[in-house]
Amino acid sequence: MNEEQTTDYAIKLDIFEGPLDLLMYLIKKNEIDIYNIPIALVTEQYLHYLNIIKSLNLDLAGEYLVMAATLIHIKSRMLLPVPEEPSDEQSEDDPRFELIKQLLEYQTFKEAAADLGKRPLLERDVFVRSAPLPAEIEKPDTEDEEELIEVSIFELIEAFHHLVSRIDKNELLEIDLEKMSITDIINDVMERLTREKNLTFDELIGEKRSRRSVIYTFLAILELIKLKMIKAYQTSAFGVIRVFPAVE
Amino acid sequence: MENIQAIIEALVLVSETPLSMEKICAVLPEVEKSQVQEAIDKLIAEYEDRQSGICLQEVAGGYQFRTRVELANWVKKLRGSKPASLSPASLETLAIVAYRQPIVKAEIESIRGVDVSAPLRGLLDKKLVRIVGRKDVPGKPMIYGTTRKFLEVFNLKDLSELPTLRELKELNQSQESDSTITLQENIEDIPSS
Repeated sequence: MNEEQTTDYAIKLDIFEGPLDLLMYLIKKNEIDIYNIPIALVTEQYLHYLNIIKSLNLDLAGEYLVMAATLIHIKSRMLLPVPEEPSDEQSEDDPRFELIKQLLEYQTFKEAAADLGKRPLLERDVFVRSAPLPAEIEKPDTEDEEELIEVSIFELIEAFHHLVSRIDKNELLEIDLEKMSITDIINDVMERLTREKNLTFDELIGEKRSRRSVIYTFLAILELIKLKMIKAYQTSAFGVIRVFPAVE
Repeated sequence: MENIQAIIEALVLVSETPLSMEKICAVLPEVEKSQVQEAIDKLIAEYEDRQSGICLQEVAGGYQFRTRVELANWVKKLRGSKPASLSPASLETLAIVAYRQPIVKAEIESIRGVDVSAPLRGLLDKKLVRIVGRKDVPGKPMIYGTTRKFLEVFNLKDLSELPTLRELKELNQSQESDSTITLQENIEDIPSS
């Protein structure tokens, strides 16, 4: 039972946009009246989710923990007896008031966002003249950066793995005494980039696919990206990674 | 004088961005603004009557020829490219900026309950949101607002055409007796420890 629940939750996890989204989900799931949230139930389920996120080794954003603390805080306040003062509005004294207000506001904008998304969007539902045809878009020299997506470090590592896996196994046994320094490779990469304007990851690694040179070149590229001297882009997911000098 | 309607049609056709009324009037100084408006309205109606593949639309403070929504699939087939869609996070952030502008990042975050750096940067890159200034509070945070391109992309004449927010209205109605200020005070009344 417990395990089944876990898988059920795991599928849905990535759709949460934050603690408020998770709370809204719990409220909908339990068919709770948003103005009268059973805080004990919601807190329990919320914490349950946090445990799952943790058990999946996902990075638990700090915001989730803040919300957990808020929920527990409200829960404890609910347990305290209400002072016997006459109040003109009951909602004011309700510890849940702020949370409800926040949830309603969030819900409003979530719906507004959905409404916006349903409008006839330019380039999706409606089009204007002067639309370049695909053949024109794919000219490699166009500086249309919108077609390029920035490559994350993970994709670079992926590309690196890909290259390493292609290296001849025998070569891995060689003891390479050739001295290489990252500085040399960095200079080499920058020199080639200024000459060629842009190079693919493969081109940068070159033909000499010894393990050492691949690793050094990769480290050089990472270092250059960190120093913001070059930029890496790719035209599509899993596509060719193209490296540009950062200076315009 | 030639047919005003035809002139306007030509002007709109050659404009890359929505053509504003002022610009049309500048080309036709001898024509009354009301006449121009009338001609535009007729033109819009004609395209509508003809069941044309394009329609003349008022968007982002101007007029522009656009393909009809029902024909999207055919146009996409020609272009072959996938439309760049916005993620839920971006869309939520954009909605908050659109309805609450001018707004600083911290305010967006307090509504969404999460960090909005990434979606906000994406929206800035897409030129849907822009920095309109800096707020005069400690730290001088940047103030964000939507752009003209936002109106163009979302098919809006102007910001007032944004659909009204639903729930918030209801909430305000239920609290009608109280002003917003007292509401605010009540929130602060809740002890933090």
